[in-house]
Amino acid sequence: MKNPEASIPATHPSPYFVRFDIEGLKRLIETLKQEGYEVLGPTVRDGAIVIEPIESVSQLPCGVGDEQSGGRYRLTQRSDRSRFGYAVGPTSWKRFLFPPNRLLWRATQHERGFSVETPPVDSQRRAFVGVRGCDLAAIRIQDRVFCGGANPDPDYVSRRKQTFIVAVECGSPVQTCFCTSMGTGPAIGDGFDIRLTEIPDGENPYYLGLAGSEYGAQLLSQIDAIQVNESEFAERNAILASAAAQITRHLDPDHARAVILENPEHSRWDEVASRCLTCGNCTQVCPTCFCSTVDDVTDLTTGVAERSRRWDSCFTMEHSHVHGGAVRRSPRSRYRQWLSHKLGSWWEQFGTAGCSGCGRCIVWCPVGIDLTEEVAYLATKRDAPPEDAP
Amino acid sequence: MAAAKPKLAVWKFASCDGCQLTLLDCEDELLSLTHHIHIANFLEASREVVPGPYDLSLVEGSITTNHDAERIQKIRQSSRFLVTIGACATSGGIQALKNYADTDEFIRYVYASPGYIKTLSTSTPISSHVTVDYELRGCPISKTQLLEVINAFLTKRRPAIPDQSVCMDCKAKGTVCVMVSKGTACLGPITHSGCGALCPSYDRGCFGCYGPQGSANTTGLSARLKSVGLTDDQLVRVFRTFNAAAPAFHDAGLAHERQNETN
Ligand code: SF4
Ligand code: SF4
Ligand code: SF4
Repeated sequence: MKNPEASIPATHPSPYFVRFDIEGLKRLIETLKQEGYEVLGPTVRDGAIVIEPIESVSQLPCGVGDEQSGGRYRLTQRSDRSRFGYAVGPTSWKRFLFPPNRLLWRATQHERGFSVETPPVDSQRRAFVGVRGCDLAAIRIQDRVFCGGANPDPDYVSRRKQTFIVAVECGSPVQTCFCTSMGTGPAIGDGFDIRLTEIPDGENPYYLGLAGSEYGAQLLSQIDAIQVNESEFAERNAILASAAAQITRHLDPDHARAVILENPEHSRWDEVASRCLTCGNCTQVCPTCFCSTVDDVTDLTTGVAERSRRWDSCFTMEHSHVHGGAVRRSPRSRYRQWLSHKLGSWWEQFGTAGCSGCGRCIVWCPVGIDLTEEVAYLATKRDAPPEDAP
Repeated sequence: MAAAKPKLAVWKFASCDGCQLTLLDCEDELLSLTHHIHIANFLEASREVVPGPYDLSLVEGSITTNHDAERIQKIRQSSRFLVTIGACATSGGIQALKNYADTDEFIRYVYASPGYIKTLSTSTPISSHVTVDYELRGCPISKTQLLEVINAFLTKRRPAIPDQSVCMDCKAKGTVCVMVSKGTACLGPITHSGCGALCPSYDRGCFGCYGPQGSANTTGLSARLKSVGLTDDQLVRVFRTFNAAAPAFHDAGLAHERQNETN
């Protein structure tokens, strides 16, 4: 199912649609900081563009591009001074909404009995600068997981409420992107406070900023900016159309769902298991994977016991450990679990696919296993179901 | 506490003492731990030896002599729980390299009077000789994990030590993968976590100090390492380090040795 909001709007959309240059972007970041936000944005570290707290616009990558393919990521030099001229990197925003480690409660022993304290939910305001279409969709997917249902996660809900989103449309997708298949990019329709489109323009990139919320409009109005004219709007549309045209990887979510659920015993699962290292990288970089486990730790020396939550993965043996042992002992069953949840049973559970088309699992898999390739293989070379299928 | 404190013993076999040092390195925690556990036999810390039986035995080192092979049986008999600590005790250690070489030749090179040396031709983990209740990995072990094992023992629960890849720690920390971003050879995907992904955070590939993780696909990783330029000869050495004799690494080492010979 495509997300219709993500298609490129045909008409000039909003009165709060303004053009500004790098000084305007600088001002926006400063304003967010003054408003008490921790500003998180892309920055170059250790040969990759990661997302970290940034103090100023000077920490954004400048003239940096990227090349990505299965199991391979490299930074490149661009011929312009774009600040957003690359695709998503190894960090996803889930790190800041659903952190990798979190203390759930702490019990302290007293003379008689014990007391339990729960740490307060996180209430820091955070501004996410540079959220791409795929990642915006991934946040929506995790919203359904953590905010929906009978037991919303209070920490996630609080963090999410405090989040200000500055989305950035994609002009430079990489080989591993397939947002067009999932209807999540490269253009962005809604779900942001401010949406930026970067027009590279050689030495002096400029930005088209669209307000998506009242607060977003208020912040934009504090920037020295002028209304976007028709030719700038046309320029933006051309950039997005060209980005969409560069995307060649494809996955049909409806078809994938059917193919996976129809082929639980396909020999391809064994073949992929021979390559899969069960390292869990795919699930850790995936912006929608939400599995966690809890650790109980006691410390007799101080009489304190703690329960904490940490990211887990369906690729670890312990993830399916129940009384008597693990249910998914073979790597085959673990890869199959991952793919069939992500693209299949996620629909029954949450009403959508569990994939945004960001391509991270392909790039950051050390052996470059590619879910789109696996689905394509399952689809074209179907196996007859074995007679004694369990 | 009304009941008598459980008795702890620490034993050494063929090893470098690094893992025992980790216990000594617990300094502050060790002192408070003595309120809950009686350190009855730990020669590296105290000459005072309280005779067994012991409630918890921590065993460092591998079996390399007949004398040690007999000694570990006696220790097992006098221990309620026996936990092996470190790569030597859990897989045979770096000294298991002798399993793949001619021991007599080694002895001739190393000792002035080889006649005095009585040693087995192999270095084997403790679990090849007696039943082991828990294996704590690492070369050396991690201080936090050691305390966790002792604490878990005292409260009769499972230690919170996950059997998963080093990659899981890289990702939790936000370390950029050196294999994907730089093409650096890394054993992390098939190695048991525990070090906190130390080497990748200093821009090095993982050396496999914690031995293979529960479902280590060495063949899958080798194919990838060959694509970044490693030869079979180099791969033999990649798998034959501190955990050379751990079954998954042992098999991988032999496979590459054979391939190297046929090349
Ligand atoms: S499954 Fe892969 S492509 Fe889809 S959202 Fe997760 S990391 Fe991105
Ligand atoms: S698919 Fe790739 S990243 Fe995921 S567990 Fe397997 S080897 Fe690791
Ligand atoms: S650097 Fe090594 S341990 Fe870390 S994620 Fe990459 S392959 Fe795994």
